[in-house]
Amino acid sequence: MLSGVRVHVDPELCQGHGRCYAVAPEVFDMDDIGNGHEIGDGRVPAELEHKARVAVANCPERAINIEEKD
Amino acid sequence: MGDHPPVTDWKTDFDHTDDVWAADPYAIWGELRESCPVAHTTRYGGAWLPTRYEDISEIAYDTERFTSRSVVVSEFRPPYNLAPEGIAPPISSDPPFHAGARRMLLPLFSPQVIDRLEPSTRAYCEELLDAVSGNDIVDAAEQYAQHIPVRVIANMLGLPESDADVFRGFVNHVLEGVSLPMEQRAEGMLALFGYLQTHIEDHIANPRDDLITVLLESELDGEKVSPFHVGRTIGLLLIAGIDTTWSAIGASIWHLAKTPGDRKRLVAEPELLPVAMEELLRAYAPVTMARLVREDMDFKGCPMKANEWVLLPFPSANRDPEAFEQPDEVIIDREVNRHAAFGLGVHRCAGSHLARMELRVALEVWLERFPDFDLADPDAVRWSGGQVRGPRHLPIKINA
Repeated sequence: MLSGVRVHVDPELCQGHGRCYAVAPEVFDMDDIGNGHEIGDGRVPAELEHKARVAVANCPERAINIEEKD
Repeated sequence: MGDHPPVTDWKTDFDHTDDVWAADPYAIWGELRESCPVAHTTRYGGAWLPTRYEDISEIAYDTERFTSRSVVVSEFRPPYNLAPEGIAPPISSDPPFHAGARRMLLPLFSPQVIDRLEPSTRAYCEELLDAVSGNDIVDAAEQYAQHIPVRVIANMLGLPESDADVFRGFVNHVLEGVSLPMEQRAEGMLALFGYLQTHIEDHIANPRDDLITVLLESELDGEKVSPFHVGRTIGLLLIAGIDTTWSAIGASIWHLAKTPGDRKRLVAEPELLPVAMEELLRAYAPVTMARLVREDMDFKGCPMKANEWVLLPFPSANRDPEAFEQPDEVIIDREVNRHAAFGLGVHRCAGSHLARMELRVALEVWLERFPDFDLADPDAVRWSGGQVRGPRHLPIKINA
């Protein structure tokens, strides 16, 4: 079941610290230079919502947007 | 170090090489954050010291008003004609040139590439502890932490491991010899660049499977990158990759030695280490960066003059109560930890994935081998001052 939240890494802000895919590898992945991006369309399964939120809260650049359920 | 008169007023005459700073900078930063959040000194030809997270991050992001022409505070300011590369690209480069010089480096330090170095790093950590097996006292800085990054980076770059003492000499000169007169400082730099040039020439003549060779074959803005640029970048990797990581490993072992609760918890729950490590990096971040003020300007009421230094103490940002709850407490399972140990913005430490791997493996191997240990003599621990802070003498009592 989807949680309703959706994440998106802003590529302009990401500097490749790699915290998101270290904290929530089910939700985020890396490219060839270690920058992060959301997997698929960024919709987060309910069981991963907490992990995704922790990842967002650990990004030093505040590069990850989280869209709350409406 | 130690050539400067002792500091009597941290607001108007600070000096990051002072012994008081080396012993405990957190007290100084904590006081300044409250009373004088951007301090000043006339030493080093003028320098500023912001201590709040907000100001440190604002300056780190502002590459227009603050240049990276030099990032190590000393009496020496590199000549303008070294731009756009600067003395050690990409750390010494500003946008827009910076992006390409950095892009060339990042794939070589990506998590995927770094993962492959884990087995050899682990084997080396094991080897270092084999050599002290049976000792009651082990100096975790001198006999363990300092050797790990030297060997890893030498192998990665393609420089002889047997030159470890030479590398440490360069690191010491560049980062700790900041109070030396300009001529002496320049001499040491020339020795470093001379050493690198010899190895670059050898790699041009005899290409091999290492990072120097890959960089020599790389392109920058559509053209083959110059051997000169490669030499300067290798200088950066050598200097930046050694005592930073050594400091982080040492500070972490120091914390665990004096905090039995955290040590026991990590021994019982090794899976907590990645989270614990981030907290240790936050609390004991080794690296303070610096910038030069580009032109005369006002920063939040501070009249900053062109060519004055600005220190960026990321370790102080990590202790700001406005940014972190209970900032002076080490909370080993802290879940929300937006620390800035590897910097912020376009100059984020390019070697952060390597540093994290080395730190994790070094701590795993140490804790597997020595689950029970204490500080042998708390008063004997010595910390380096300047822009990279970590224990340089750390006698640990190993309990059987």
